[in-house]
Amino acid sequence: MIEIQNASKWYSAFRVLNDCTTRVAKGEVVVICGPSGSGKSTLIKCVNGLERIQRGSITVNGVSVGAPDTDLPKLRAGIGMVFQNFELFPHITVVQNINLGQIKVLGRSKDEATDRALALLRRVGLHEQADKYPAQLSGGQQQRVAIARALAMDPVAMLFDEPTSALDPEMINEVLDVMVGLAQDGMTMMVVTHEMGFAKKVANRIVFMDEGQIVEDTTKDEFFGTRRGERAQLFLSKILSH
Amino acid sequence: MQYNWNWAVLITEPYLGWIASGFGWTVAVSCAAWIIAFFLGSAIGVMRTTEIRALRIAGAVYVETFRNIPLLVQMFLWYFVLPEILPKSAGDWLKRDMPLPEYWTAVVCLGTYTAARVAEQVRAGINTIGRGQHFAALAIGLTPIQAYRNVLLPIGYRIIVPPLTSDFLGVFKNSSLALTIGVLELTAQTRQIGEYTFQGFESFTAATLIYLAVTFTVMAFMRRIETRTAIPGMISLGAK
Ligand SMILES: Nc1ncnc2c1ncn2[C@@H]1O[C@H](COP(=O)(O)OP(=O)(O)OP(=O)(O)O)[C@@H](O)[C@H]1O
Ligand SMILES: [Mg+2]
Repeated sequence: MIEIQNASKWYSAFRVLNDCTTRVAKGEVVVICGPSGSGKSTLIKCVNGLERIQRGSITVNGVSVGAPDTDLPKLRAGIGMVFQNFELFPHITVVQNINLGQIKVLGRSKDEATDRALALLRRVGLHEQADKYPAQLSGGQQQRVAIARALAMDPVAMLFDEPTSALDPEMINEVLDVMVGLAQDGMTMMVVTHEMGFAKKVANRIVFMDEGQIVEDTTKDEFFGTRRGERAQLFLSKILSH
Repeated sequence: MQYNWNWAVLITEPYLGWIASGFGWTVAVSCAAWIIAFFLGSAIGVMRTTEIRALRIAGAVYVETFRNIPLLVQMFLWYFVLPEILPKSAGDWLKRDMPLPEYWTAVVCLGTYTAARVAEQVRAGINTIGRGQHFAALAIGLTPIQAYRNVLLPIGYRIIVPPLTSDFLGVFKNSSLALTIGVLELTAQTRQIGEYTFQGFESFTAATLIYLAVTFTVMAFMRRIETRTAIPGMISLGAK
């Protein structure tokens, strides 16, 4: 589904991504972790073309993200993305947030879009908040709306960039529960997170990044077992200790 | 010297009519110029925030040019110089055939000048919003133009209502410069009343009060708009 081959990216002289190769098969959940600044966000932003790689290739469902003739808006519409800071559109209501892409991009009628939005809000437990504005919701609620907004586009895959790290601890689980549900329904997911509980529960593979490189790309069992690299070991002991 | 106050002159015909007509021209120049300023300024402000370098440079050149030449000089350039440097047929059209030449020249001059200021506000508004919103808009599949229309501009305009209000009032005040190329707007008419009646104090007092009244009305109106469009639950977008 998502194929990343020898992807490299530079910010002027600084190499953010260094020859990254990995893949996410259909229905697979891949968790990406690694220290701050290691290039995790950059990598997943390259998957839907929000950032460009300068070398290598990334394809989604066989479509090359970097090719000049690729219809990027169309490609992006088919890949859901959830951000660390939610990024709901503050000037429109929850239901309008979920409708915007459906109407403008997929060409659904307002009624069709609203039906879908309300169904998704019900699924994430927020159907009573449909007419509120984002700033009137808690962080956990906003993030669940953001997930619903992405799902409304009927994506073939979902990208998550630290979806719980801006949340107060008591709200983390309500978001993780939604994500676990998605994973169990067979959604293809690429998730940057340090929530190892989530990884243990639903991940198929764990990718560990450091300084722009993918230093480990293993199955979950290998990662949490004994055959873990030194750097990953060090990192894991740090994040598991708190 | 003894000055004979005579407020009655203000409500005497034809002078009352002159004031009314002057006020009408002032409003007509200001509103038409504002329409140009708003749309052109928004487009240029957007250009300055895009990824495309050529657009950013073009926008910057526009802003620096129009912002840094004194408005009075621009007025003369548009009115006296432009018809001479254009190809002969276009120049002749501007001089002879264009309807209301002074009016339209003043409108275009004020509009393009103010567009540079509006562009800077729009750019600042969009830059305040941050890249995350832009990414989120693109990530759901909006095209760059749709992202601006549906997300960045609606939020950006809300942030810049106060500075836009003062730019609009700027157009209104600057419209008095149109008298230099012969538009009989409020200031010109006021001056004329002074010359005809020797009651310049009265007529300029009236003009001052009219300018002030319009300023206060516009400010009150814009404050209504600001409250009406405020985003529920959000204290200040600008602080985000
Ligand atoms: N637009 C940019 N210009 C220059 N450097 C950047 C830019 N964006 C990111 N970087 C740098 O690239 C590196 C990787 O950033 P990235 O956000 O991908 O890291 P990350 O692994 O997601 O880190 P975190 O856990 O803090 O989110 C960092 O050193 C960052 O400073
Ligand atoms: Mg990051």
